[in-house]
Amino acid sequence: MSSLITFAFARRVLEQLRRDPRTLVLILGVPCLLETLLQQLFGRHSVAFQHVGAPLLGLFPFVAMFLVTSITMLRERTSGTLERLMTMPLHKVDVLAGYGIAFALVAVLQAALVSLLAFGLLGLNVAGPQWLVVALAVGNAVLGSSLGLFVSAFAQTEFQAVQFMPAVVFPQILLCGLFVPRGHMADWLRAVSDALPLSYAYDALARTAANVLDARFALDVAVVAGCIVLAVTLGAATLRRRTA
Amino acid sequence: MVLPNLSCVVAAGSVTGLLGPSGSGKSTLIRAIVGVQRVADGSVEVLGHPAGSKPLRARVGYMTQAPSVYGDLSVRENLSFFARVLGQPSAAVDQAIIDVSLTDCGERVVNRLSGGQRARVSLAAALLGSPDLLVLDEPTVGLDPVLRRELWELFHRLASGGVTLLVSSHVMDEADRCDQLLLLREGRLLVQATPEELRARTGVHDLDGAFLSLVEGSE
Repeated sequence: MSSLITFAFARRVLEQLRRDPRTLVLILGVPCLLETLLQQLFGRHSVAFQHVGAPLLGLFPFVAMFLVTSITMLRERTSGTLERLMTMPLHKVDVLAGYGIAFALVAVLQAALVSLLAFGLLGLNVAGPQWLVVALAVGNAVLGSSLGLFVSAFAQTEFQAVQFMPAVVFPQILLCGLFVPRGHMADWLRAVSDALPLSYAYDALARTAANVLDARFALDVAVVAGCIVLAVTLGAATLRRRTA
Repeated sequence: MVLPNLSCVVAAGSVTGLLGPSGSGKSTLIRAIVGVQRVADGSVEVLGHPAGSKPLRARVGYMTQAPSVYGDLSVRENLSFFARVLGQPSAAVDQAIIDVSLTDCGERVVNRLSGGQRARVSLAAALLGSPDLLVLDEPTVGLDPVLRRELWELFHRLASGGVTLLVSSHVMDEADRCDQLLLLREGRLLVQATPEELRARTGVHDLDGAFLSLVEGSE
């Protein structure tokens, strides 16, 4: 692994985003719009907004980075650039870490912007530290990136890659405890929820919002970190030097 | 089995043309040589090492058949990225842009370039890092005659500097520009010869005709 090559990848991904200002505006603007809609829908002082505002804020980067990474990686696979890169003196980890750094930086920007809006203008309150919400959001972005990278190996076209978003992300959002508390779910749904990484990401955010930073919170963070490592390892396995 | 019992040797410091019709296995052979083709059996050795092995990765330049560069980046951003991956200074980028005659397009986004210009950006990326072996899959396809001549002059300049080039093409009029020819058809190597030897062997002057007479002779 070489830090120079890793940063070359990160820089290139960021340059591609800079060349595509519309995508950048969507990545940064849509979460702000949705958070505002949520506040207007339920009302500034409503229990609902105060309850779901912070967890949603922390989950936006997961969704956005999942999509962006899976499409970027799919393009890399189909355009022949990955094939060219695989003949060059680089390690697969350079590719993965470069992508991770670039999208984590974008996630920092995205989470910071929507946090400023939510905590500053929209009147969202959390009992725990606000910076922790942002930090968890960035961690979720890295999780989204690593999952996106992995599933990009199973898509042949951008149409398919886009459909992986509802297929992989929506069930996790439905079952993470946001809509129905995990304790109220049917046993089999609870079991599925236990197996999905976003359940732990949501729980960590909810505990931060309530300022319950206990052992269970530490477990949540550890599980999310473990899932990132697992997804990156699986993603690395899909980066093959030799293809048919 | 795509390329059964194929064996060939490419001389160092020369331009070897890999010729044959579409679907004859040129790209498969090229991908096997740069080590990205999954090979069922057999061995490919390049510069004394197994194809695609680590010591080769800094010594082999590869240009894929479709331009493999980032369409949403400028020419210079593309080449700077590949140069950084290869650990090359930015001077290498300037030189590569000059080599492929794209000095006027450095800041333009690749997607806005013509097909021929895009192919040259892809070629420039393969030139970075002064490789010992350059493997080019149809580098001149879609280019006008003037550019094609310029590129062939570049190939020979590189060869006289000690670089070994393997260049595929499906147009036989480029065969005359090669030191050595490998003629491929349906995954089989029909012949390995210089253009002169090919003419002598078939008694046909134009290489298109020589190729046809070889094909007919082999059936």
